[in-house]
Amino acid sequence: MALTRAQVEGIAHLARLELDPAELPQYEQSLSRIVDFIGELERASTAGVAPMAHPLPGLAQRLRADEVTERDEHDLYQRNAPAVASGLYLVPKVIE
Amino acid sequence: MSTPLGTSVSADAGRRQGDAWETVIGLEIHAQLATRSKIFSGAATAYGAPPNTQACLVDLGYPGVLPVLNAEAVRMAVRFGLAIGAQIARQSVFARKNYFYPDLPKGYQISQYELPIVAGGTLEIVLEDGSRKRIGVTRAHLEEDAGKSLHEGLAGLTGIDLNRAGTPLLEIVSEPQMRSAREAVAYMKKVHTLVRYLEICDGNMQEGSFRCDANVSVRPAGSEKLGTRTEIKNVNSFRYVEKAIQYEVARQIELIESGGKVIQETRLFDPDRGETRSMRSKEEANDYRYFPDPDLLPLELEAAYIEAVRAELPELPDAKAARFSAQYGLSDYDAGVLTASRELADYYEAVTRTVPGQSKLAANWVMGELAAVLHKDGLEIGAGKLPAERLAGLLARIADGTISGKIAKEVFEVMWASGASADEVIASKGLQQITDTGAIERAIEEVMAHHPAQLAEFRAGKDKLFGFFVGQVMKATQGKANPAQLNALLKKKLPG
Amino acid sequence: MTMDRRTVTQMAADLRARKVSSVELVRACLPRIEASQSSLNAFVTVTAEQALAQAQAADRELAAGRGGPLAGVPIGHKDLFCTAGVRTTCGSRMLENFVAPYDATVVARLQAAGAVMLGKLNMDEFAMGSSNETSYFGPVRNPWNTDLVPGGSSGGCAAAVAARLLPAATATDTGGSIRQPAAFCGVTGIKPTYGRVSRYGMIAFASSLDQGGVIAQTAEDCARVLRSMAGFDPRDSTSVDNPVPDYLAGLDAPLAGVRIGLLKEFFDTGLEADYERRVREALAVFERLGARLCELSLPNIPRSVPAYYVVAPAECSSNLARYDGVRFGHRCRNPRDLTDLYKRSRSEGFGAEVKRRIMTGTYVLSAGYYDAYYLKAQRVRRLITADFERAFAEVDLLMGPTTPTPAFALGAKSADPITMYLNDIYTISANLAGLPAMSVPCGFAGGLPVGLQIIGPHFAEQRLLHAAHRFQLETDWHTRVPERCA
Repeated sequence: MALTRAQVEGIAHLARLELDPAELPQYEQSLSRIVDFIGELERASTAGVAPMAHPLPGLAQRLRADEVTERDEHDLYQRNAPAVASGLYLVPKVIE
Repeated sequence: MSTPLGTSVSADAGRRQGDAWETVIGLEIHAQLATRSKIFSGAATAYGAPPNTQACLVDLGYPGVLPVLNAEAVRMAVRFGLAIGAQIARQSVFARKNYFYPDLPKGYQISQYELPIVAGGTLEIVLEDGSRKRIGVTRAHLEEDAGKSLHEGLAGLTGIDLNRAGTPLLEIVSEPQMRSAREAVAYMKKVHTLVRYLEICDGNMQEGSFRCDANVSVRPAGSEKLGTRTEIKNVNSFRYVEKAIQYEVARQIELIESGGKVIQETRLFDPDRGETRSMRSKEEANDYRYFPDPDLLPLELEAAYIEAVRAELPELPDAKAARFSAQYGLSDYDAGVLTASRELADYYEAVTRTVPGQSKLAANWVMGELAAVLHKDGLEIGAGKLPAERLAGLLARIADGTISGKIAKEVFEVMWASGASADEVIASKGLQQITDTGAIERAIEEVMAHHPAQLAEFRAGKDKLFGFFVGQVMKATQGKANPAQLNALLKKKLPG
Repeated sequence: MTMDRRTVTQMAADLRARKVSSVELVRACLPRIEASQSSLNAFVTVTAEQALAQAQAADRELAAGRGGPLAGVPIGHKDLFCTAGVRTTCGSRMLENFVAPYDATVVARLQAAGAVMLGKLNMDEFAMGSSNETSYFGPVRNPWNTDLVPGGSSGGCAAAVAARLLPAATATDTGGSIRQPAAFCGVTGIKPTYGRVSRYGMIAFASSLDQGGVIAQTAEDCARVLRSMAGFDPRDSTSVDNPVPDYLAGLDAPLAGVRIGLLKEFFDTGLEADYERRVREALAVFERLGARLCELSLPNIPRSVPAYYVVAPAECSSNLARYDGVRFGHRCRNPRDLTDLYKRSRSEGFGAEVKRRIMTGTYVLSAGYYDAYYLKAQRVRRLITADFERAFAEVDLLMGPTTPTPAFALGAKSADPITMYLNDIYTISANLAGLPAMSVPCGFAGGLPVGLQIIGPHFAEQRLLHAAHRFQLETDWHTRVPERCA
């Protein structure tokens, strides 16, 4: 199944990726190939088979005691941040 | 601003609503769970810390870190589910809701989607006419809160504070069963009372611990088909919920009646203007691509665990109100008021325990004088300004005739201001009731001597003047004469 | 700059016997690493100073008769294990300057065991690739022939061990990323059972498939290193709270009676004839050792690759959403608005293959496609897992080729993603089912290493290591080193 250019652009937007117009045909083509390839799954008969989200069957979520174990390390954590001021991470103006 | 409506619209909305249109409201309430640490990390949840000082690596969505579920958040969700008679899922699943937003560090919110922890409960609200209505709770699920965006003072930029990110939320989703803004508020208050009873949420609406999204639509009266709904986001006061819904209902009716169509969208309530407006920024990414979070395993709850949580449930508001009516002989209304919060109910019960047999008197005082001064001073009942034993001490003096109800109010004021006990105030001010027959008789005789004209009129048959003499004697005794004794003696003496 | 062919086991023994010091080992490794960079490009970061400091500390411990089981042994970490204070790039421009403020559990455990970190090893960007060509820091080259790829995504790890730049490295395997490069480079690698090794601090590609493991020269070394890094971690909800057995115990026990299944689906038409011969010769060795061979068919195995290319991209599309230019990682210059910040930061920060997988994953999760792709793949995943369960009711281990062909030339498969994806055709199923699996050198085809893959049931690492070790006692393929490195 071939993906249309509009579909590829829609997916890229949903994933917040900006594709160079020059790269678009290449993504269109390779994604179409991939979609074809995974489309093969359609032929598998899976009636009555429950989806499996985890590879280890029967394991359940473990719970953590409600304890504060973390300290304020924002100076350290913000060393990787491209733009901060007064302890805040900065982004272009968000309009609500 | 996308609506041409003026504020005058809301005024006649009620009328139109009444005849041609039916309002349909469903609420999604977000209650922050009162855990010490976050739902998936060990960072503190305290409100008001400096920006990002309570955002740990997990809250920041750092590369490589992983979520681990907080046991207390689970227990609190189960408490809520049991309290509304819902099903507690033996297995529930955490899913990722994917969208990009700067207050959402991982680019997805961990929530529950297909298999929530709580499903299918009910809550009963009391309508204005005193009738009761059951509102269905579709589901309640655990999820993480997002951070906050700050726009002030950053020169065209937005600042992101992720202290709130990862705070546990219980999202409580109602059925679209409310038919007016009032009903919606009654339901919201009911949930508010309940989560505080259960001690799972502090209910602080100003700090955003308890907030709601309202889904509002209108349809022609009698129609079965739901109209297109809009979602009013993040309203954090009862009053605003009422106003926002009223405005939105009026807007939708006006729109339809003028030939327009309601579009499904997210709207924001602006309390300053009393209006809702479209929130276009949230519209874009509506394909959330939910899928089970592979970093978390299914949450499995044993029957024994659920029963243990049930065994720890406190007496719930409705049950408590019913018991108050039966045990203390209170009206449904009084019982309802006194059980509106657990602190208030506990206070009332502490007072009645200390002055047995005076439950009605206690109810009047707690709902009357005490409520008034608390309100005036902006205090909570639990603030401890007037311990229940102190108020009981005052009521005991009314009950044993030491002071009259009127004097008691005076004593109460001094007690409130000074923190002294009732007995201390009565003694220091000499407010003890006069019960000595001789003393009251002397006072009566003096009053009779001072008002010969009135006495003559009374004796000529003007019975109404009896009250005048009561007042005069009370005045002469600074209100301390025992009213019953005074009455009896006046009846004996006045006729001559 | 002579090559140190010692294994982890030998080094640990020599260090304990004070025949060599850790500082000496590190001093010997560093110039060889330096010299290899232009031809192999196995490292992204070399931590010479820290390594020497750690080595000195290890030597002090050893001198005092203390020190953990790996005291003083130099190792490397795949550059997706977070290391406090040392940058962790994931082979991506996105994290070119990212310095984690914490250690991954694996890193902390190996450090506690006394291992000395020499540096961070090159890899396919975000572990997405089978050739190491997607690294932002340039491709790693195969020490056996530098025109060829080392495999991926743990290409730097496999190349470094193959060239004996270091005796062992941590690595990760999402769809074959330990086994395939181990096969291509002629070294031994183990991907443990999902949940056996903590994922905390291991930068995620696909959370339900990723698993940390080891690449080393021998199975015995794999056992020795794995023993120190495996085990329950309360910070990883998917980590399993089972005791870690002593993987070194019983390695020499006889293999007689062990039942080995050959998967018919792994000896398919895509398997190169010479490769198949080497694998069959290896199986004959096991037969000589007393193992019983039988052929098995698992009908759903051929669906592994398409199922994987739904599940892995789906999880990756979500896992990589956190790279938005706000809290860490690459941020574009002068963003016009929020959307521009996101789009340009991500497009500049990620390479083509990562973008392709993010888009694939976004697509399969999106409204209208979720059931047809994502849910369908998760159902197929259960079928594959059930196939394996049936197999392990009959046999103790499954064996077959690790890859269909030996290492291929750089650029040979980069034009078509499907051709590249099919290189992992034999390895992917173990990830989908969460099974432990190894690759062991078993000869050469056309002068290039061939890998024998061994797959076991959940938590049967010991069984795998035992079989591999007995094989290595009978053969010397794992001791061969590329001539140009010697």
